[in-house]
Amino acid sequence: MKHDGRFGEFGGFYVPEVLIPALEEMEEAFYKYYQDEKFVSELDNLYKNYAGRPTPLFYAERFSRLVGFKVYIKREDLLHGGAHKVNNCLGQGLLAKFMGKTKLIAETGAGQHGLATAMIGALFGMETKIFMGVTDVERQSVNVHKMKLCGAEVVPVADGTGTLKDAINEALRYWTSNVEDTFYLFGTACGPHPYPTIVRHFQSPIGIEARAQCLEQIGALPDVITACVGGGSNAIGLFSAFLDDEDVEIIGVEPAGRGIATGKHAAPLVAGKVGVLHGTKMYLMQDEDGQILETESISAGLDYPGVGPEHCLLKDSGRVRYVGVEDEAVLYVFNVFAKCEGILPALESSHALAYVLAQKGKLPADTVVVINLSGRGDKDVGIVERSENAAAKSSL
Amino acid sequence: MRTYKQVFSELKHAALIPFFVIGDPDIDSSFEIVKAAIDSGADVLELGIAFSDPIADGPTIQKADIRALDNGVTVAKALEFIKKVKAYKDIPIGLLMYYNLIFQYGLEKFYEDFHNAGVNSVLVADLSIDDADEIAPAINAAGLDTVFMVTPNTEVKRIELIASKTTGFIYTVSLLGVTGGRQELSDMVRPLVAKLKSVTDVPVCVGFGVSTAEHATQLAKAGADGVIIGSRLVKIIEKNPGDTAKAVTEISTFLKEVKTAIAAV
Ligand SMILES: Cc1ncc(COP(=O)(O)O)c(C=O)c1O
Repeated sequence: MKHDGRFGEFGGFYVPEVLIPALEEMEEAFYKYYQDEKFVSELDNLYKNYAGRPTPLFYAERFSRLVGFKVYIKREDLLHGGAHKVNNCLGQGLLAKFMGKTKLIAETGAGQHGLATAMIGALFGMETKIFMGVTDVERQSVNVHKMKLCGAEVVPVADGTGTLKDAINEALRYWTSNVEDTFYLFGTACGPHPYPTIVRHFQSPIGIEARAQCLEQIGALPDVITACVGGGSNAIGLFSAFLDDEDVEIIGVEPAGRGIATGKHAAPLVAGKVGVLHGTKMYLMQDEDGQILETESISAGLDYPGVGPEHCLLKDSGRVRYVGVEDEAVLYVFNVFAKCEGILPALESSHALAYVLAQKGKLPADTVVVINLSGRGDKDVGIVERSENAAAKSSL
Repeated sequence: MRTYKQVFSELKHAALIPFFVIGDPDIDSSFEIVKAAIDSGADVLELGIAFSDPIADGPTIQKADIRALDNGVTVAKALEFIKKVKAYKDIPIGLLMYYNLIFQYGLEKFYEDFHNAGVNSVLVADLSIDDADEIAPAINAAGLDTVFMVTPNTEVKRIELIASKTTGFIYTVSLLGVTGGRQELSDMVRPLVAKLKSVTDVPVCVGFGVSTAEHATQLAKAGADGVIIGSRLVKIIEKNPGDTAKAVTEISTFLKEVKTAIAAV
């Protein structure tokens, strides 16, 4: 490898020997092409005409009135496929194409990354296999159908809790046996080097656009920016453009599930310890021995025990503050936001909305907050309905 | 304490190296099984400490990890287990495990405690030669041998680097893939062993997919200094739930058959 893939002590590439050549090949290809004129112009064209970039920055007037300060929404939910995931999939997919690969594999939690990979597999005519935990197959079944419609094979993974971690395990095992012709299109800014760097790069238009849009629409940088953090790709995509703007406060929101104190959450930055899993050193939910703990979150896309290494460094350096938001607050804001703005937010993105709602009345009226709306909530309507029914029953 | 050097220089045939997950299916049965393997001719033991997310393992060893964890194995219990095995017989032991367990225990303390218990080497499945420097000081301080993996897609330059950092043996992965029993030996393995032999004098032991006496014989003929048999043995444990005696008998019979076969090469 040319680079060590470190973010302070975090990151690296802790993988079995058999995967090293594939990661080296990917690193080399990324640095060869990411500024290459032909690559950049093809990607820009796809961002614009396939995915729908740039996405708008929308002033959410009624939600702003509710919280008592100014809230702007970065509309990644409007992208093709319904989430920011397509940014990364177009980038990595194009890289795979330039490398001459013809087969794609990916893991998925909420199904958004799986769907985006399936779309890109169809777009580029590549054979696509998506690994997905059985719990997620069930709770995100609409996305499973969509992936199949795009021609992908969905491989249900029954190990563990049948969630994102288990899907990654199985995708890595499959890759080990098929490294020679298969490109692993990893879905978040986590995993072994070079993924955290590659994914940040392909998600960086979120922040670059948002920063320019703020200057254009407001004439100033925002006071606060915030995004939900699962593996950390939509968040790093937004944050990376603002890291040097010292006056901009940056907040990452992790899923506190049923509450940090209950242990039933997926918030390693808030309540984890440094460890190594899936090729990277990061904050991790684990027991004394280092066995990985089961996680819990209402949002499948955030239900993961680790988090991207750059976020770990940003936490330790203090540049970004990471907080947790519980399922209940997430469900609540889903409803509130839909009624205020006529926009259904993904449950993942609703974590960032819930954090902002909790600041109601605490910030000066001229405060400008930018929230990354990483995805749309159509996929979550069933979950919201079921938990409303459950809540109604338990209150009888 | 018996060393790898002694084993590989004294043996007239390829070393027989069975692999088990410590505490599979439970600590007591696991000890009976390991004793039987020693009595049936094991020259070196390869032992795994169960991990919740074994990405280099196929379904057979994944299930063994789950059995062991469900029945309460911990890193501390694995340490006691090794002491008991060494008290039964001074046989070289290589651990095969995942990095997070070592990292949480504390590198220096881990290597020191396990070396004192009688472990000769620790192969970390998810740590390649590139990160060897991270663990080297702790390994050297404790005085352990090093074992690293080579796979069929490892380039010659890298093989040379790996060999130069290996004092125990090269864990040669016979195929591109995860652990698990296979019908046939991969056709990548013979050229790989030949390549390794032309590059280094470090002993070459072959694992992943080695499932029959015939496989072991072929590998010994190809020049392997040792054969590592894992999933095939672990499968016997899986197939005999609650019947350790039967698992012990089947494992003993199989290992004796393999030993006879490789001794005849
Ligand atoms: C809409 C949406 N937002 C956020 C995430 C979390 O991923 P990340 O933290 O990489 O942005 C997901 C993952 O599936 C998602 O679908």
